[in-house]
Amino acid sequence: MNYTLHFGAVWASFDHLLGGLAIGLGLAVAAVAIGTLIGLLSAFASVSHSRLLRAISGTYVLLIRNIPLLVLVLLVYFALPATGIRLDKYESFIGSLALYAGAYLTEVFRAGLLSVPKGIVEAGRAIGLTRLQTNLYVVAPVMLRNSLPSLGNTFIGMFKDSSIAAAIAIPELTFEARKINVDTFRVVETWSVASGLYIAACFTIAALLRMLERRFPKF
Amino acid sequence: MDAFLAQLWIARWPIFDGFLMTIGISVGAIVFGTILGCIVGIQLVFGSFLVKLPFRLYVDIMRGTPLLVLILAAFYVPAVLGLSLSAPQAGTLALGLFAGAHIGELVRGSLQAIPPGQIEAGRAIGLRFPQILANVLLPQALRTALPPWINTGVELIKGSSLLSMIGVGELLLKTQEVIGRNFMTIQFYVFAGILYLVVNIALDLLGKSLERRLGARL
Repeated sequence: MNYTLHFGAVWASFDHLLGGLAIGLGLAVAAVAIGTLIGLLSAFASVSHSRLLRAISGTYVLLIRNIPLLVLVLLVYFALPATGIRLDKYESFIGSLALYAGAYLTEVFRAGLLSVPKGIVEAGRAIGLTRLQTNLYVVAPVMLRNSLPSLGNTFIGMFKDSSIAAAIAIPELTFEARKINVDTFRVVETWSVASGLYIAACFTIAALLRMLERRFPKF
Repeated sequence: MDAFLAQLWIARWPIFDGFLMTIGISVGAIVFGTILGCIVGIQLVFGSFLVKLPFRLYVDIMRGTPLLVLILAAFYVPAVLGLSLSAPQAGTLALGLFAGAHIGELVRGSLQAIPPGQIEAGRAIGLRFPQILANVLLPQALRTALPPWINTGVELIKGSSLLSMIGVGELLLKTQEVIGRNFMTIQFYVFAGILYLVVNIALDLLGKSLERRLGARL
């Protein structure tokens, strides 16, 4: 085992790695933002009285959760153009990741909805709010607060999954790391630095989320 | 549709081989990951501080790094350290290490959920620690850990698709090769997706039925 560590080659391209990290975070933020909308709609559908809405939401979650993200990404990126929909690689990846995040967030928000105490819903109805108003002003804030921890975990998961964007040549962290790896063959250094950056980012996000959770006390 | 079926018939063996590779690698990884995870989980609960530290570090590194990065690292790193692994071996190693960390946390969680009175009771009737572990703690931990363990299996089958990026001839790579020949992009990606779906939903159902049965017996 004759391998001397030499980080110089990696530091020389460190700004590329940081740029890649920023792209990964951006992809995750965009995907989780859209995914939250999908997840909210789908979660309300999953607890609604309509059997059709429940079936749609259930099928969506079942399908997306059991297909590999990479298959979904490749399908959206390579197959959609054949149907006439043209997206650039960022749009297509954010779309796929949002679809993926939406399925996980459906479960998150569903659990959040079920955790809302019945009494406050009845209280809302009793003071004359309509069903929509009760959902909007009473149920939604409580549910969002209660699902904050799982929402945060999903965000971290999606940030890690943004590495899959490397498969369609989006220059995020994993893509840049692979490039440095192939250019310089400083294998150990490249992957330990890339992994370190991911871990540091995940821990920072987790710490920020814990602060956010403390800021808003649980109901 | 007829054209697709004709192409599917031509491509049946490569796709079947890929499917077997996906299953084989996932099974290898879950076996490796389960053994590793049990060791990690037990050490995280009962180990001394110094023993816990490296295991904690291992779990946090595995859980903070994307699976794709682990796979690429497992593919490139062993070679420069003088270990020559084939792509499927490197892939199984990466998936197994990843699974080991997740299963380790599962085992830790389910061991910690057992009331401490159980250990005291075991000691009171004269059992030694390995006996308490084998006869009192692990059977109970198994019940709570089983459903999420099956879920880890689903994650591994999904994760094995990433091995296509290091050239392991599993289902997704074989599908891509077939698409490269006949350009039926949508049809074959959807077909691969359906294969993944069938396996994963079957696993999911298995997990639910096991959960019910174990729940009834214990």
